[in-house]
Amino acid sequence: MVSVDQTARADSMGTSSKTTRILGGVLLAGIALWLFLAFVVTEPDIRIDGTSGQEIGQFDAFRLIYVHVPVVFVAYTAFVVTAIGSIMVLVKRSVWWDLVAGASAEIGALASALTLITGSIWGRPIWGTYWLWGDVRILTTLVLFMLSLGYLAVRRLEGTAEERARRSAIVGILLVVNILIVNRSVEWWASQTIHQDSTIAEAAIGGSKAFTLFYSIVLAMGLFTWMMIHRFRLAWLERQFDRFGLDDALTSRRAEAASVLEGEMS
Amino acid sequence: MSILSEVRLIMGKDLRIERRSKIALNQVAPFAILIVVLFGFALNADRAALTTFTPGLYWVTVLLASILAVHRSVAIEAGEGAREGLLLSGLRPASIFLGKATALISQIFLVSIVLLGAVVIFYDARVDDAVLLVTSLVSAVVGVGAAGTLYGALLGAQRARETVLPILLLPVLAPVLIAATRAFGDAMGTVATDGWAWTALLASFAAIYVAMGVVSHGVLMEEN
Amino acid sequence: MAVVALSDVVVLLGRFPALAGATLSVEAGQSVLLQGANGAGKSTLLRLCAGLLRPENGTATVLGSDLFKDRRAVRQKVGYVGHLSMLYDDLSVAENLRFWANAAGVSEKQERAAAERMAIDGRLFDVPVKALSAGQRRRTALAVAAARRPSLWLLDEPHAGLDQAGRDIVDELITDAAAAGGAVLVASHELDRVAPVVDRFVTIAGGLAIEQSQTQQAGGHVDLV
Repeated sequence: MVSVDQTARADSMGTSSKTTRILGGVLLAGIALWLFLAFVVTEPDIRIDGTSGQEIGQFDAFRLIYVHVPVVFVAYTAFVVTAIGSIMVLVKRSVWWDLVAGASAEIGALASALTLITGSIWGRPIWGTYWLWGDVRILTTLVLFMLSLGYLAVRRLEGTAEERARRSAIVGILLVVNILIVNRSVEWWASQTIHQDSTIAEAAIGGSKAFTLFYSIVLAMGLFTWMMIHRFRLAWLERQFDRFGLDDALTSRRAEAASVLEGEMS
Repeated sequence: MSILSEVRLIMGKDLRIERRSKIALNQVAPFAILIVVLFGFALNADRAALTTFTPGLYWVTVLLASILAVHRSVAIEAGEGAREGLLLSGLRPASIFLGKATALISQIFLVSIVLLGAVVIFYDARVDDAVLLVTSLVSAVVGVGAAGTLYGALLGAQRARETVLPILLLPVLAPVLIAATRAFGDAMGTVATDGWAWTALLASFAAIYVAMGVVSHGVLMEEN
Repeated sequence: MAVVALSDVVVLLGRFPALAGATLSVEAGQSVLLQGANGAGKSTLLRLCAGLLRPENGTATVLGSDLFKDRRAVRQKVGYVGHLSMLYDDLSVAENLRFWANAAGVSEKQERAAAERMAIDGRLFDVPVKALSAGQRRRTALAVAAARRPSLWLLDEPHAGLDQAGRDIVDELITDAAAAGGAVLVASHELDRVAPVVDRFVTIAGGLAIEQSQTQQAGGHVDLV
């Protein structure tokens, strides 16, 4: 097992630091600006049909894109981080990377669930249905979400820290392999069964809309970073707690021996 | 001992245990047939619907039955601590994986052949292209068996194994379900598609999982 | 060179320190009785020496291999018989012996000799393991280990469930192994049974190993002949 410096960070019993507090403050202000951009600055998606002259488009439902697309980015980034962490666990035999992989996968699971939920809410008015079987992206994301639940279940299995780290690392690496296979096969399957035009491409995204979308992705990445730092530090503190607990456990375990010896002397 | 004879040793042992206990034949196969019958009830015994959906129903059933077969394969080693015996024997982890996987694949294959008879009888399934059917069946079963052995070994003697295995394995097998269903659709004449292309996907899945199993088994077995 | 050299070894089972800094050295030709209450750490110590557990701290060398780095090399050289039989229930005694002998690369001759020694040849040979009594299982497990002619025996309660004849066989096994230059670690509660056949007594308590002089033993629980 990788040795853990027990004195490091022992003074800080929280998960925040000056940097994260500043980052948190900036992000809070960023969220306020994001709401302003998404609801006030940008227009709803309304276009005029060339032939009939009627108003078409996604109207206010379009604003969901400022949530949906950023969480998609977070979800996929998170699982890339999980995969990198998993590889590093096996290469470096490092528990540090295991905590990174685990923290990232939790955020990834949350983000992929949000992706599915916001996608369904958007799909209802636009596609007329919560669920569209023909869309490769939502099917891939659904399987990804389920794979991540499996990964998180494996993380909770019994064993020493090192056993769990290695076991999880293999599932973490397979998660990426699996999602690539799933994506290929679903795309192929959907192209042969259900024909679906890309709705996103129709809406003209330019000007303030494009800026808001870009801004929301950056903001979401900032939130991801902030959550990662806190979740990782929490996991690190839990580990430290185990290590400190170990000293106590060792002391009380050795005390059993002393009482046995006394019993024999008397 | 060469890798090949190690693989044969492990596979022979698992198949001999199956010959004695007949779990796959007397429990897993009847369970699979039962599901096929239950689908018949669920779809109101609509002949046309059953024939159309035969490939999909067939493969969902194979996957569910495979979960049971994987449990059995793991339980053989977990029960009396034989898993540790294998560690102590000095066999190569890769051979253990390949041996266990081959035995599991043969058993799932046996069950899927029995099940094929069941869908012919109960769903009026007809086979247009037997070569495609068998090739895709074999490719799919190899993939399921290899992935099942890998994830089964990962869970080992864990108490939570029975509940974690399905949630872990079924999403992984989703591509197999998609591809095998399409390939069978072509072979059974219910869908116009290129069944051979889907079979190629199944074969790739199988190759990836055999390779992943061989590579990762050492890491998993050393974990004690 | 010491067959077993443990120094301040900590072994964690989950978060519980089953061994809390155990130090023990065993030379070739020695047989050692490990005694101690349930949960003291005897089984953990044996499993550690078999290369089945990873030490957390300290230094640990068994049969020349470092237990931190090369547990696989250790595993093949030890004869470990624990609480579980490591046998396949659905296979017969002969099939189990054959399988494990093949797996370890043991000749059929050695395998036969081990079976004879544990008196499981003949009538029992074709009986499936699930139909065996606890004592017969133990004999079969001992035969599997004996066939490999290990240089280090690790026996966890080997007498449990055995009849008089079986116990005599185990005692003989311990004496012979030590005489042949091997080393034996045997955990047992039956001190009067094992005491006459071992060279040393070690008490395991609270995850520590405490060497006992024989006089202390005599004053304690065991009457030495």
